[in-house]
Amino acid sequence: MRNLQAKTPGMGADATIIGGFLALGAIYALFIAARAVDPLMGFHAYVFLSAFIAGMFALIVRATNPAPVDESGYQTAVVKAGVFASMFWGVVGFLVGVVIAFQLAFPDLLYFDDLAWTNFGRLRPLHTSAVIFAFGGNVLIATSFYVVQRTCRARLAGGLAPWFVFWGYQLFIVIAATGYLAGVTQSREYAEPEWYADLWLTIVWVVYLLVFLGTIWKRKEAHIYVANWFYLSFIITIAMLHIVNNLAVPVSIAGSKSYSLFAGVQDALTQWWYGHNAVGFFLTTGFLAIMYYFIPKRAQRPVYSYRLSIVHFWSLIFIYIWAGPHHLHYTALPEWAQTLGMTFSIMLWMPSWGGMINGLMTLSGAWDKLRTDPVLRMMVVSVAFYGMSTFEGPLMSVRAVNALSHYTDWTIGHVHSGALGWVGYISFGALYCLVPWLWKRKQLYSNALVEWHFWISTIGIVLYITSMWVAGVTQGLEWREYNEFGFLNWSFVETVAHLHPYYIIRALGGSLFLIGSLIMAYNLWRTARGDIRATEKQPATAHAVPAE
Amino acid sequence: MYELLASLAQTWGLLLFVFAFILVLIYALNPGAKDRFKKAGRMPLDDEDEDNG
Repeated sequence: MRNLQAKTPGMGADATIIGGFLALGAIYALFIAARAVDPLMGFHAYVFLSAFIAGMFALIVRATNPAPVDESGYQTAVVKAGVFASMFWGVVGFLVGVVIAFQLAFPDLLYFDDLAWTNFGRLRPLHTSAVIFAFGGNVLIATSFYVVQRTCRARLAGGLAPWFVFWGYQLFIVIAATGYLAGVTQSREYAEPEWYADLWLTIVWVVYLLVFLGTIWKRKEAHIYVANWFYLSFIITIAMLHIVNNLAVPVSIAGSKSYSLFAGVQDALTQWWYGHNAVGFFLTTGFLAIMYYFIPKRAQRPVYSYRLSIVHFWSLIFIYIWAGPHHLHYTALPEWAQTLGMTFSIMLWMPSWGGMINGLMTLSGAWDKLRTDPVLRMMVVSVAFYGMSTFEGPLMSVRAVNALSHYTDWTIGHVHSGALGWVGYISFGALYCLVPWLWKRKQLYSNALVEWHFWISTIGIVLYITSMWVAGVTQGLEWREYNEFGFLNWSFVETVAHLHPYYIIRALGGSLFLIGSLIMAYNLWRTARGDIRATEKQPATAHAVPAE
Repeated sequence: MYELLASLAQTWGLLLFVFAFILVLIYALNPGAKDRFKKAGRMPLDDEDEDNG
């Protein structure tokens, strides 16, 4: 791939199409800004307008730059940008999480009578969306762009289209985040952004799918590597879920408010079909793709069983899509539908553990690296957390267990063992791998700092999960406790007061996780600059080991 | 409409999925593909031109 095709950028077809699209968008945004029926829509129209103008300006600067660019090798600049964005949004999302954890423990914190922006209700969706979509989404986009090029031996398709995906996605994040703070929400969990942000994300996502498919189309390897199947299922299914769940009618074309097409229990089921598959296809299949590329690469071992990886993939996606109704036990949803969701959730245990075993056993013959390579250890612990939370999930989906666990903090603990342990650690591992690879550094700035990150955040996760288990079971038991006269033993607010110590422990655990991520950001920054800490031992990373 | 969709899903839809999954199993477990899958399992490792970042 080294035959030089250096040329000056100019205005290629890709730049012309994107530029024209941005110009139309800018005119439309200006029109909406002028006619906005509510101030929030006006504000967001100006954000769109500024972004479109900035995009056109960037295209012009690029076109008039006389320096030639080499487009023969892999496209790595957009992956580097993705690494930076992941780390940035990760720290923001974790920080907001710590703030709302302290708000739950100390309700007066950041509560102002005349300013709603810092209310728990406004900050909570900011936290969930920032960690899932801003942090996780950027990790997925960056790693998918890296992995698909490497395993297809082809440069990303679409010229500037990957950059459109990257910046378009950041714009969606900014619109969503500012909207939450200002009070724009359609009140659908993990899908809070209003209709216009949803439409924008749909455009970005379709371009993402086309870039990914286009790269696979021009691949130089006959076989499509299993990680690409996982990424592809993530991209396609999220497109489907996003569009169906967000079907809504705006009150005005120039207003921020919309109403869902669905009502009642159909609305609830659509929401949790979306909500659980956001877990399944955003937080699971996408990150399994990371597992299937980065763990073999880092451990320098082939995938334990490639056959198992194929069965893992198809059985996981066949089963996951049906599990959503377990969020609606004991509701107006028909009982057969609840049972169906529960049954599929339990069946899901098998492909999940098949995948976990495949990931862990990839280390066979390289177990000693767990001692010397903290990055590999982080990814292996991540897979262990995946196994733990995919055991806990089916358990909680059983109706009788759900009677105790639902609406309690046990659910929060379960989500965070998956989110902090599985998604967080596999992402951290991938980022620790990617920065030296992308910036062409021999090793990380400091392996010792990775050790610190690993242990501090692991203690944080353990504090978080265990405190939420205790808090959740306490809540569940107290809510159903009767006295000898047949009255409920506790008023709701009494049960809340009992949780105070656990909420403080949870906030401390979250703080440790945040501190770990700050150590990581510093380490990656110094690595990208090319520094190596003076006291570092010689690298014990994958790069020192030749391929067999 | 509901009755039609439900009966289709409970009969032909179910059969289609079972059949599709059997095809996947045949593809994955086919003994002839041993070398191909062995090679595929090494794909992340066989890419060593670190030159391109």
